[in-house]
Amino acid sequence: MTGTPGGSLLVLAIALPLGATLIAFVLGGQAAARLARASLWLWLALTVAITAMVIRQGEPIIYVLGGFAPPLGIALSADGLAAAMLLAGAIVLVATAQFGRVAYAAPSWEMGGRAAFAYWCLLPALAASLAVAFLARDLFSLFVALEMLTFTALALACLDGRPSQFKAELRYLLFALLGSVLYLLGCALIYGAYGTLDIGLLTGNTRADAPTRLAGALMTAGLLAKMAVFPLHLWLPPAHAGAPPAGSALLSGLVVKGAFVLLVRLWFWVLPGPPVAGAELLATLGAAAILVGSVVALRQEKLKALIAYSTVAQIGYLFLMFPLLMAGDPDAATRAWMGGMLQAVSHALAKAAMFLAAGLIVQSIGEDRVAGLCGAARAAPLAVLAIAIGGLSLMGVPPSGGFTAKWMLLRASVDTGQWWWSLVILAGGLLTGGYVYRLVAAALAPAPPDATPRPVPRLQEVSVLVLALLSMALGLLPLSMLGLAQIGQPVIAP
Amino acid sequence: MTALLLDLPLALGLFGAGAATLLARSLFGAVLGFISTGLIATLVWVRLEAPDVALTEAVIGAAATSVIILYVASRIGNRATPPAPPPIAQRVLAGILSALLAVLLAHALFSLPEPAPSLAAPVLDNIAPTGLGNPVTAVLMAHRAIDTLLESAVLVFAVFAIWSMAPERRWGRAPGPAFMAEAHGPLAFLAKVLPPIGIVIGVYIAWVGADAPGGKFQGGAVLAAMWVLPWIAGLVAPPSISDMRLRLAIAAGPLVFLMVGLMGFAVAEGFLAYPPGYAKTLILLIETAMTLSVAAAMACMIAGPPERRARP
Repeated sequence: MTGTPGGSLLVLAIALPLGATLIAFVLGGQAAARLARASLWLWLALTVAITAMVIRQGEPIIYVLGGFAPPLGIALSADGLAAAMLLAGAIVLVATAQFGRVAYAAPSWEMGGRAAFAYWCLLPALAASLAVAFLARDLFSLFVALEMLTFTALALACLDGRPSQFKAELRYLLFALLGSVLYLLGCALIYGAYGTLDIGLLTGNTRADAPTRLAGALMTAGLLAKMAVFPLHLWLPPAHAGAPPAGSALLSGLVVKGAFVLLVRLWFWVLPGPPVAGAELLATLGAAAILVGSVVALRQEKLKALIAYSTVAQIGYLFLMFPLLMAGDPDAATRAWMGGMLQAVSHALAKAAMFLAAGLIVQSIGEDRVAGLCGAARAAPLAVLAIAIGGLSLMGVPPSGGFTAKWMLLRASVDTGQWWWSLVILAGGLLTGGYVYRLVAAALAPAPPDATPRPVPRLQEVSVLVLALLSMALGLLPLSMLGLAQIGQPVIAP
Repeated sequence: MTALLLDLPLALGLFGAGAATLLARSLFGAVLGFISTGLIATLVWVRLEAPDVALTEAVIGAAATSVIILYVASRIGNRATPPAPPPIAQRVLAGILSALLAVLLAHALFSLPEPAPSLAAPVLDNIAPTGLGNPVTAVLMAHRAIDTLLESAVLVFAVFAIWSMAPERRWGRAPGPAFMAEAHGPLAFLAKVLPPIGIVIGVYIAWVGADAPGGKFQGGAVLAAMWVLPWIAGLVAPPSISDMRLRLAIAAGPLVFLMVGLMGFAVAEGFLAYPPGYAKTLILLIETAMTLSVAAAMACMIAGPPERRARP
């Protein structure tokens, strides 16, 4: 017995991009680029198959590795959360790979081939890291996933090779390593207390004693540092805004979501009856992130810094679901859960689209100040359209994915009587509207007479627009598709 | 009583070495403190009867990391102006938080269940099919093989992350700075005398891992040091990163591991399962490839990205 039907798909979702990374690294050159792209398309097909399988079976897919069942061995599993995140990751990675065909066209060992070689090794490496982060069901395997994510994120951010960027990345590395150490310390305490790190075996069997509580606190703090939650957010804007567009898109869209999934698994699968006061603290930090991040984004001079601060704010929404899930109202809990999942997925698509589009605009008009964006709508119309559509999703305007996400969180907060969170959601939406309006209005302004914009490659524009449209289309999904998020949804005792 | 006589100096020594590292006024003082911390920690693991951990601590924690830190310290040592100490309020706050964490950790550790729940018994029950004598290796290569596979891939990730930071003009060249040849210095002497012995020791540590404390990570790290030493002494030119053989050596371990794992679908119970009777042979095959990869990857990590600066 090695698991449920379709279990081997989970193995392939890790093995395929991992193998592609290693072979691309050995081969180098155009072969690496072609292999990386082919593997990402195949990976997208695999994640579609996994999602279909999870929906068809109506319960999580499981695969037991090496024939050793936990606690001795390790199992992989895909529930609705994992499948949805994998699918979002695959879509963003494929779009970014298409986008990168222009900027990273010539990997070689000659001068000028450096960034392209690294890019095509890093893309499948990120896919493998995300697959482990979403599918592993063992707390230590998840630690390895965090390490894989840290290394790939660091290299992606430094792809331009500008020494000025190294400083921002060094700060990111310090936060990320501190987060890893705290997480690992928590793992050690949990193993000491229960003799296993398997999430399935820990669920429902943990006690609310000193080691477990301390482990929970340490691991939560570590993951918050990795997710750049207010007030630990200071590393994110310089690290994400200074990276090349493809790097920023992957860092803001996907890498922070890896730590988010770990946090959700820790809170709702591992910790015993998660503490309500802790959940309220998390949501308060989230609310502060929404307000502070949005206000600071409003005041940013540079295009990419604005989008990076918007990430700080949008991550905040993910934390509003924690107290709503624990209010003891099953309908509201389901809404909060789906709202949180949709927010994670729609932000991944929308934010990736916005960062890539921003890169195209800067490249076309040679200007990265918001005030200097005039004429952008004429120079790179599809990119400006993508920013506008992505922005609508961030604001929560119907019929976008962001709307459904925020609407569900809003309903859940009203239903559970925790109306103050709905004020934060509404205020956040207004502030988001403010900074998106600033961008779009500036881009629509007429170009200065002497402007000579450079043409934007069509392939890049189209891949960016497709991402933005998908973030919009999420809001049009029938409710039955949203049921995916409920498969394997944890039962939380009030 | 005899136990206390052994343990008390070790505990105090570990604490003292840690404090010395933190309080050191010079960069090299801090590095020396760090190395002593690693060495004392090695002894602590020996006392705790965890020889595998002790060996890893000695090779990775005390030796390999120290080499990298020493190397960095020697490069920035002359120019670095010590940063201004953070404001006193910040230092006091950090101290209070650290003390609080230490108290909470101590409290949590003393409230852990006794006897500690452990997987040691099931590991020993399931060691037979692997044909191995060292339970630690059985856990790493069979029971929790996926973690080891992924960790070995992390080494490859780290190498291309480091290479990707190379200055554009040196891209495609040999890793590290261009080292000056120094035919008669003490370093050149070491680089000539040590490797023959070190290589034998490294291969032995890796080989013996199947049945006794040791293994690919520790053995590979020793081999890496023996490979880098002649580079630094300028006796041998390192291969350039555009040489496919170097990249193959770095990626071979995880590649072989992944292929054997996938083969499990066809000939055994599934991914990362070994066919009965062939487990030990396959594990040794993986370990051989991994030793090579760990050695090559760690050598490249110590050397750093290709760069133009000569040795300071």
